[in-house]
Amino acid sequence: MESILLLLGAGILEALQPVNLMMIILGCTIGLLVGAMPGLGSVNGVAILLPITFLVPPTAAIIFLAAIYYGAMYGGAISSITLGIPGASTAVATVFDGRPLAQSGQADKALIAAAVASFIGGTISVVLFTLFAPPLAAFALKFGPPEEFALMILAFATFIGLGGDDIPKTIFSILIGLVLATVGLDIISGQPRLIFGDISGFLHGVNFLVLAIGIYGIGEMLWTLETTKGKVAVHKVQISFRSLIANLKDIKSYIATSSLGSVLGYFVGTLPAAGATPASLMSYGLAKTFSKDPDSFGKGNVAGVAAPEAANNAASTGSMLPMITLGIPGSPTTAILLGGMIIWGLRPGPLLFTEHPDFVWGLIGSLYIANLATVLINIAFIPVFVRVLTLPFTILAPIIYILCVVGGYAPTQTMHDVWLMFVFGIVGYLMRKLNYPVAPAVLAIVLGPLAERSLRQSLLASQGDMLTFVERPISGVCILIAVLLVSYPLIKKYRNKPKANT
Amino acid sequence: MTVRTAELLMGILCALCSIGLMVKSAELNIGWIEGRGPGSGAWPFWLSTGMLLASLLTLFRWFRGITPESRSTVPYMTRETLVIVSISAGSILFLLVATHLIGIYIALLLFLMFYLRFVGRHSWLLTSVLMIAIPVFVFCLFEWALKIPLPKSITEPMFYPIYDLMYS
Amino acid sequence: MSIISTKLKKTLVPAVVAVTTTLGFSATAFAEWSPKKPIELIIMAGAGGGADQIARLLQGLIEKKDLSSRPFIPINKPGGSGAEALRYLQDKAGDDHTVLVTLNSFYTTPIIQKGIGVDVTKFTPIGRMALDNFLLWVHSDQTDITDLDSYVAKVKETGKSWTVGGTGSGQEDSILTAMMEKHFDYEVTYIPFPGGGTVAKNLVGKHIDSTVNNPAEQNEFYRAGNSKPLVQFTAERLPAYPDIPTAKELGHDIEYYMQRSINGPPGMSAEAQQWYIDLFAELYASEEWQTFCVEDGLACDEWMAGDDLGAFHDVQIAKHKELIESVGASAITGE
Repeated sequence: MESILLLLGAGILEALQPVNLMMIILGCTIGLLVGAMPGLGSVNGVAILLPITFLVPPTAAIIFLAAIYYGAMYGGAISSITLGIPGASTAVATVFDGRPLAQSGQADKALIAAAVASFIGGTISVVLFTLFAPPLAAFALKFGPPEEFALMILAFATFIGLGGDDIPKTIFSILIGLVLATVGLDIISGQPRLIFGDISGFLHGVNFLVLAIGIYGIGEMLWTLETTKGKVAVHKVQISFRSLIANLKDIKSYIATSSLGSVLGYFVGTLPAAGATPASLMSYGLAKTFSKDPDSFGKGNVAGVAAPEAANNAASTGSMLPMITLGIPGSPTTAILLGGMIIWGLRPGPLLFTEHPDFVWGLIGSLYIANLATVLINIAFIPVFVRVLTLPFTILAPIIYILCVVGGYAPTQTMHDVWLMFVFGIVGYLMRKLNYPVAPAVLAIVLGPLAERSLRQSLLASQGDMLTFVERPISGVCILIAVLLVSYPLIKKYRNKPKANT
Repeated sequence: MTVRTAELLMGILCALCSIGLMVKSAELNIGWIEGRGPGSGAWPFWLSTGMLLASLLTLFRWFRGITPESRSTVPYMTRETLVIVSISAGSILFLLVATHLIGIYIALLLFLMFYLRFVGRHSWLLTSVLMIAIPVFVFCLFEWALKIPLPKSITEPMFYPIYDLMYS
Repeated sequence: MSIISTKLKKTLVPAVVAVTTTLGFSATAFAEWSPKKPIELIIMAGAGGGADQIARLLQGLIEKKDLSSRPFIPINKPGGSGAEALRYLQDKAGDDHTVLVTLNSFYTTPIIQKGIGVDVTKFTPIGRMALDNFLLWVHSDQTDITDLDSYVAKVKETGKSWTVGGTGSGQEDSILTAMMEKHFDYEVTYIPFPGGGTVAKNLVGKHIDSTVNNPAEQNEFYRAGNSKPLVQFTAERLPAYPDIPTAKELGHDIEYYMQRSINGPPGMSAEAQQWYIDLFAELYASEEWQTFCVEDGLACDEWMAGDDLGAFHDVQIAKHKELIESVGASAITGE
């Protein structure tokens, strides 16, 4: 224990060196801005700046990249809240309550909640990282395909209540999301699937961002145009020191959910296959299920912003663990970080902790500092982001369309995806007018590929025996919790009913 | 077209779309392979079957008048909505087509000119400032800072001198 | 759409070029070829994999050594086991500003996915940066498996429930696995995972029984005592594994490599090809690259460029065709 504190202290001191501190501040700012753009995320920032980091010592370089990674995680919430477009899959859940808050003129409240919750998530997860890295790495190894599948079932179970009130339409929405997720190459059989019209753009599958930007960007704008008849009221926002303090005091209403979300997020993040997106969705779903006022979720509950934000930040720290101890990237960004480490001659693996403690603890120390720096930078920027909402609609709308187009292009760099996004936007809008909920489709396309792949891998390994999911202890427990979660609202309803009648 | 008709049409379209996906998935093995689990087409096939059932259920509920949409006789799209939505959708369509033909930067310029001046009725001064500034910002962010080349189509050679400045 | 734009391109491009030339910007255009815009470095695999790491290392080295006046921009096109990247290059025929970093799916994907309509022999070969090797790995707790013979005996005894992890049906390791199945006359269950790192993790977590990982993917676990190699599928023992026999030494004729090379689209101009060959030859000879090769267990002792590489590709394509035919495409896809 003492040795850990000693190493950590040295790591933090290392991170506070002028060069490294500058790297942190610069990295956080870049990450924040890149993350705030829909379609762009930490992966872009990290990938582009990777070559630049060959010019500085490895420790400074990884600190810089980690700061970008951290900053982008905070930034993801900004476009979710101000524009209503999730900038990354990790920020989808933030839209559910962030957007209604912004529309009712409380964007600053939502942004501060997101920043504070991210800070809570970041802090709890780095502390967990410091204390429990080796045992958790060992636990992560126990997660094979059956456990991953059970975890996906658990993730689906947590947001069972997110759909609309029209059940057949909700089911349709979930299923179409799952089917779209199967487009592309099936790695199990090596065969291409659902390649419509032999268009090569479908070979890389339907990217989550294409659907999300289409539906939440273009579709949402058309919807706004319709509901307001083009006379969109300019949002009134007041930013003053006093309102900032008042918003910070809100923390009481979401500190519990955020802390729970942080622990959950960190834990799910450490599992190589899962990562931050299921973590944030599960955290949102749990916050809603166990809230005293579940109906206020989706209509602008601050806890609905805080829960996923705490979880996705915690998970992004968590996904550093498999990268460092196993050499497995938990996300595309960590994949590039990993590439960077290899180029600097640092081999991630079970021995890195013992062979290069200065590097590992320097990195962990920098996470502490980066977390603090980002929350301060973020809060300082909030007035600027909120100002975006005061732009006249006829200026904001074309800017959002342009952001959608370039944001849809950036991840895969094909016009095919931009066209697909446009089609999804129009179709999503037309269906939404008929009360088809859109969120389930977006969630399904994120979790679908993981669920199908882990299911089929498990069945291959068990020679087609379905019992493998309940026989293995970890997956059995996950499935049991999932069943309890699904039945919880039903039980609650059943219990309340007789009371209402009497 | 009323909401009632739109609901019916959408239900039918969804059902047809599900059948299409089922047929497409059935090109692969949709059965259970002994000792290997489901074939590569099984997951999309059975999910599309579920989609078909869900849309049939929606149609049934339309028939019985259970959903609020199936009883609503207000127009699905008022004239006003149609105009305002198609201007936006149309201008994005133009932006995409123009990107293929003349590259994204000129397309952005024209798109912004149209939207700001003719839809938003902003002054020519504001319009020209923004229609220059936004593409320049996009260029700086994507090409220079993020190194993501955006499609330039035939206008590519116009950028050679800029690359000379950027990378020299 | 593309037809219109090419037509327009034909008429407008010379005009625009003429304008810029008269302005005196491209005065050097008639001397030696040099890139005029950023170069797309297409990777036919996802972010974080071996090919991706190599591409990003090359990009970094080019920047560090200031070898190119325009940056190289890595773009991942992993769709369809590289089918998407190959199609992309095919459609870019005649383009001088796009190059592809390859794996062996450069050979296998056009053979297995006949519909993609790509002829890789028409691509412009630039240079072969390395050959990657394969070893057979099991968890170090498998104490009763000490060499190839005991491995084969154990697999035969276990039968189909013996699981071998890999990076996807149709990928290099699935072909090698199918080769072994045929050679030793046993059957195993091949389970695909997304990426070599995940395969390695599943081996260490005992979710699979064995794998044919590249050295770079397993080396750290080997050093930590989690896994052990049994045999190498190389011509000679790798310097990093002096005690592990090759399959050939044990009398089994199984040898398999993965090439990592740089290729341009069909119809790249000869000047541009020469420029790229010079650039990558310099990178190949650099100390940084050679160190990387040694650390990653890659073989980088023979530089191969241009037509030599083209001839090498032809031999490899023929070999892969024969391999896939002999084991049967269904042995690879499992359906």
